[in-house]
Amino acid sequence: MASMLLSQVANGVGIGIIYFMIAVGMSITFGMMRFLNIAHGGFYLLGAYVGFELVQQTGSFWFALVGAPICIGLVAWLSEPAFSVLYRLSHNMQILATLGLALVIQETVVLVWDTVGKHVAAPGGLVGAVAFGDFVYPRYRLFVICVGVVLAAGLWLLLERTNYGAVLRAGTQSTDDIELLGIDIRRVFAATFGLGAGLAGLAGVLAAPIRGVEPFMGPEALAIAFVVVVVGGLGSFFGALAGGLLIGIIQSTTSVFWPAASGVAMYVGMAAIMLIRPRGLLGRA
Amino acid sequence: MLSVRDLHSYYGKSHIVQGVDLDIGAGEIVSLLGRNGAGKTTTLKSLVGLVSGSEGRVELDGRRIDGNRTCAIARQGVVLVPEHRGIFAELTVEENLAIAERRGSGRTRSAVYDLFPRLAERRCNRGDAISGGEQQMLAIGRAVLCSPKVLLLDEPTEGLAPVIVDELIRIVRGLAQEGIAVLVVEQNIRFCEAVASRHYILSQGKIVFEGTSDEFGRASDARETYLALGSPGKSAGDAQTIRQGINQ
Repeated sequence: MASMLLSQVANGVGIGIIYFMIAVGMSITFGMMRFLNIAHGGFYLLGAYVGFELVQQTGSFWFALVGAPICIGLVAWLSEPAFSVLYRLSHNMQILATLGLALVIQETVVLVWDTVGKHVAAPGGLVGAVAFGDFVYPRYRLFVICVGVVLAAGLWLLLERTNYGAVLRAGTQSTDDIELLGIDIRRVFAATFGLGAGLAGLAGVLAAPIRGVEPFMGPEALAIAFVVVVVGGLGSFFGALAGGLLIGIIQSTTSVFWPAASGVAMYVGMAAIMLIRPRGLLGRA
Repeated sequence: MLSVRDLHSYYGKSHIVQGVDLDIGAGEIVSLLGRNGAGKTTTLKSLVGLVSGSEGRVELDGRRIDGNRTCAIARQGVVLVPEHRGIFAELTVEENLAIAERRGSGRTRSAVYDLFPRLAERRCNRGDAISGGEQQMLAIGRAVLCSPKVLLLDEPTEGLAPVIVDELIRIVRGLAQEGIAVLVVEQNIRFCEAVASRHYILSQGKIVFEGTSDEFGRASDARETYLALGSPGKSAGDAQTIRQGINQ
């Protein structure tokens, strides 16, 4: 039992890391630009499919793992000026416009790859499991956890130790005050938007060997990203990390004790946290 | 250096700034005075492109800058230190300066620390963990890192202790001696008289007085009507004392 619980907690961490990657981009775009992007799940979806396609074409998961997020990030970065017209609109209008875009992305995926789910195999070296004494754990999931840890550390360094990160943190307070210093906030926005999209794309590629690839994984990712952002606190990097891990662990441990409730458990967890801390775990305002 | 012609600004339907003309030369310190709601802050914000509904001609060294984006205007050399100071609370003092620093500009963080030794001591403190005076120094230091040709200061002495105001007088004069043109919006006439050589009075969005310090000192009517000073003579005397104090 203990070993099973431990394995579910580890699964939760692995899933949580993927949730974090999906949510952090959405959280930062909202924190900085007040832009509510329902189409953010589309980047995750596209990441998974572009990853699938790259594996098909090149036979290399590693190539897909690097190539797909860069593709998604670049496309998002270059198309950010088109999104920027939405920043000034009300949140209702942003939701309507980006919901439409999410549907367009989803239906485009259906057109290109049809509705049947696809399988992406884990790369050769990551098939099977590793044993730590009694505790046996799938190699690929362990790999996802390692990628997540490295990525979270890298992002933290970027946000806390570089000028770009300082501008990003400052930008969540006031964009006018940033512009007064001669910094072009729109360029920072565009880069950040691309970074967030690329991370969601990376989450899509990483999730593919675990859960397969299908055209309706976008809305699911969006719902989870919302929960993670609300639990962690809007605009907070560490909030997204803590929220992702918490939701991942809640979800996978519930599936042991009460499998039927594992889908709803994260919403119960979110409601509980909202009652205790309305701003989320690490939210400010 | 900076020339403003027929500047108009609107917030919605309110006509806040109604045809303002201003001129500031290199190394000159000019004050813009007026009661609350006269349009002083809106004038400054309009100059740096922060008021979307504004019209008029703004030239820096003969080149038009009106219509440019705020960040472009700042890069061209017109830098505003806003009334709320715009210090980023979550960033340390060091980070607040670092984001404004530009390689090759000749302005460095260490030069700012030399100018404001107190900031060097507070280098690792967060922006919201320093005093109001330190925040004002940080705001000015940060603006200096942007290599300004024209520095716009909105109520720099607000809420500051007199000893810090004296420090600011010294700093602002030093910046003007480097050739930076300074436009100060102030309620604190004592400060304006101590630093500025020319003064404008703004009332209901229009310039109603323009003159040198001597003319300003003699224009007791304008001062009484537009600034509502209890005793203008006394105030001028104060400024005299300050000047002497600083010259000593």
